[in-house]
Amino acid sequence: MKRIFLKTISTGLIIAIVWACGNTPNQGSEITADETESSHPQGQASVVDEISDPNILQVAISSESHSTLVTAVQAAQIEHVLVNAGPLTVFAPINEAFDALPSGTVENLLRPENKGDLATILTRHAAPGSYDLDALKREATKGRKLYMATGDYLDVTVDGDNVFVSGARIVASVAASNGIIHVIEKVILP
Amino acid sequence: MKTNIISVNILFLGLAVLLLACGGSDKGSNGALGSSIAEKVYVAPGERDEQYAFLSGGYSGNLTVYGLPSGRMFKEIPVFSQFPTSGYGYSEETKPMLNTSFGFIPWDDLHHPDISQTNGELDGRWIFANGNNTPRIARISLSTFETEEIIEVPNSAGNHSSSFITENTEYVVAGTRFSVPVPQKDISISEYKENFKGALTFIAVDQEHGHMDIKFQILMPGFNYDLSHPGRGKSHGWFFFSTYNTEEANTLLEVNASQNDKDFIAAINWKMIEEYVNNGGGTKMATNYAHNVYDESTHSATSTMKKEVLTVNPMDVPGAIYFLPTPKSPHGCDVDPSGQYIIGAGKLSANITVHSFDKMLAAIEAKKFDGDAYGIPILNYDDILAGSVQSGGLGPLHTEFDGRGNAYTTFFISSEVVKWKLGTWEVVDRKPTFYSVGHLMIPGGNSRKPHGKYLVAMNKITKDRYLPTGPEMEHSAQIYDISGEKMELLYDFPTHGEPHYAAGANADLIVNNSKKIYRLNENNHPYGIRNPGDARIERKGNEVHIYMSTIRSHFTPDNIEGIKVGDKVYFHITNHEQDFDVPHGFAMIGQGTSELLVMPGQTKTSLWEPKRVGVWPFYCTDFCSALHQEMQGYIRVSPANSNIELSWSLDE
Repeated sequence: MKRIFLKTISTGLIIAIVWACGNTPNQGSEITADETESSHPQGQASVVDEISDPNILQVAISSESHSTLVTAVQAAQIEHVLVNAGPLTVFAPINEAFDALPSGTVENLLRPENKGDLATILTRHAAPGSYDLDALKREATKGRKLYMATGDYLDVTVDGDNVFVSGARIVASVAASNGIIHVIEKVILP
Repeated sequence: MKTNIISVNILFLGLAVLLLACGGSDKGSNGALGSSIAEKVYVAPGERDEQYAFLSGGYSGNLTVYGLPSGRMFKEIPVFSQFPTSGYGYSEETKPMLNTSFGFIPWDDLHHPDISQTNGELDGRWIFANGNNTPRIARISLSTFETEEIIEVPNSAGNHSSSFITENTEYVVAGTRFSVPVPQKDISISEYKENFKGALTFIAVDQEHGHMDIKFQILMPGFNYDLSHPGRGKSHGWFFFSTYNTEEANTLLEVNASQNDKDFIAAINWKMIEEYVNNGGGTKMATNYAHNVYDESTHSATSTMKKEVLTVNPMDVPGAIYFLPTPKSPHGCDVDPSGQYIIGAGKLSANITVHSFDKMLAAIEAKKFDGDAYGIPILNYDDILAGSVQSGGLGPLHTEFDGRGNAYTTFFISSEVVKWKLGTWEVVDRKPTFYSVGHLMIPGGNSRKPHGKYLVAMNKITKDRYLPTGPEMEHSAQIYDISGEKMELLYDFPTHGEPHYAAGANADLIVNNSKKIYRLNENNHPYGIRNPGDARIERKGNEVHIYMSTIRSHFTPDNIEGIKVGDKVYFHITNHEQDFDVPHGFAMIGQGTSELLVMPGQTKTSLWEPKRVGVWPFYCTDFCSALHQEMQGYIRVSPANSNIELSWSLDE
């Protein structure tokens, strides 16, 4: 009886010691979540690189006439898409294009609960591939439609020197390291 | 009752054993799991290592770049070997890098990397490395991490006591391991003595571009010159070379070169010889060696054959060279951060010999010599000895320093690293290695200012350290934390090739100079194009030059016709990306060479000699973008007598 008792104690002690042993490495090294970490990981958008040519996001951020677009991209949390290896062709509406939308539209889209809708609208302004103006003109002359990242196909038309995408006129083009930005005068809506 | 007492005893015994096992994190059996050691090498995702380590690849011919303390491998830099991963040695631009007086040599045995220094401290500009087999010295940029220059070393064979640099990178030094007839001639091997010489070559380094130029070669007696190190601080201006085979044996060296009780460390006052040479001293000797330089602006290498070298006979510069007797076939020849101690690791000796620079100078001053060898004065061992480390180990090889007054020596036979104190010579600690350590590396450990936090031991034998991979195992390395009194084994990682040596530095010395892209507007490649609109094809007889552009995600042009069987087709690929880490690749079906990996802003050329009629595809080999798989093109190859005009297009 006594012997059994001793055995029990010894087994208990051994377990306790092994337990303590096993726990040693964790003492003082608890892994705690980084509380300052955003719930909105930017991925490649957080890469610091001042040597390479600016990417599409950096070009947009540096353009005063695209502050609404940049605000919208940030609200939709799709920055990382615009810094990806791509290549991407982005049709970038100027601030006035957003202003021309029915009153309250932009404010509504910027609400967190509408993040998905906003992302869809913005993504509809991006085409996989790098299409400079000549390439867009070939889309028109060859009767090809422009495939957008949302799966939509948009018409490209040429009128004299002007090129239009889904009716939005391109007023300027800026090359970026990961594609090209065409500045347009209106928001492309379905 | 009796049984109960026994039980209690067993219980206490058991407890004691368990407690010992528990507290014994230092004992190695629990290893990383038993303490917080794992945290010391853990570099969290997204975090960076503290230090760079550059490990020689030995018979891979290349240099590998690792992070410390994680042991993660970042890159393999091709130096002396063709490297299909990038096209080095395959591309038209880099083939000249591997030219030698023996012709194109696609391989070498890379041994001892050494980082450039200013005032005896690492400066992170370049790293030098020696090719042991076909004697060469390479200079690698620590901005581009590319080999920029290779110079062949004439009159040398087994370029082993190389490529160590003086404390302001005035010279990179290359000593021959095998003495040979100088100049080479057809004589009997048995005429070794008197006829064979050991060339020690001092290669001047241009401080602006790093370009190398042989300043002079000292033709020493026909010993084997093993390793070397520069004097630093007070001994700056001297260079020290370990020798073995002072017996001058030419057969069965494992026996015949182990006869003498002591060999020598050769102490060479290179400043005195430099002055002698600057004043017109030395003898010009006809020879033939290659000097290959890569130009970052043209992205191309050129190879020049040089025909003359300035040689120096030690007898002509009295007072410049002395022999320090050192037991017993010394391998490592290391100088402590102060420059006071010259440490010879006699690989057949149990002890480590430490010579005193001050005592050496005093003995020279007093002209206290113990005879001479081929006219070179031999100093008295006892006159110059600072101390001897009675280590208890076997087979000392190589010593580095932590900058806190401690030295660390590898012992091959007893398979350990021994820590000892400079000045008192007492052994402070010893730790086993796994197994049979060759060299070790403390970042900056052979400079005035070591970055002495970690020590990497590079082992020759791996055996059971990793999951088996057939008869050949990669060599193992171990990282030790040397920040405390006792060394602590942290981590074990496989290396690539055979690391004979390594160099390392704090990351901040290198990180900010690391190049991201080549500027297109600085691209002066003769076949480069600065704009995809300049893409074109030119025919000159049966030579066809394709000026091709790559940018996400297409080649310009991508449809080519009018190529004929028997043509020599040169693809000159310019990568028009200006975005860090976005190379494009190029590969052509049936091509008798490697792919190209073209960095942003760079131009590289691949030669293709089509042998069969048909329509043949080429493609981008690097997953460059979402449309990488679409990045391809076709070339129509017609019979040799075809009249099809040359034409090219993109989306027409």
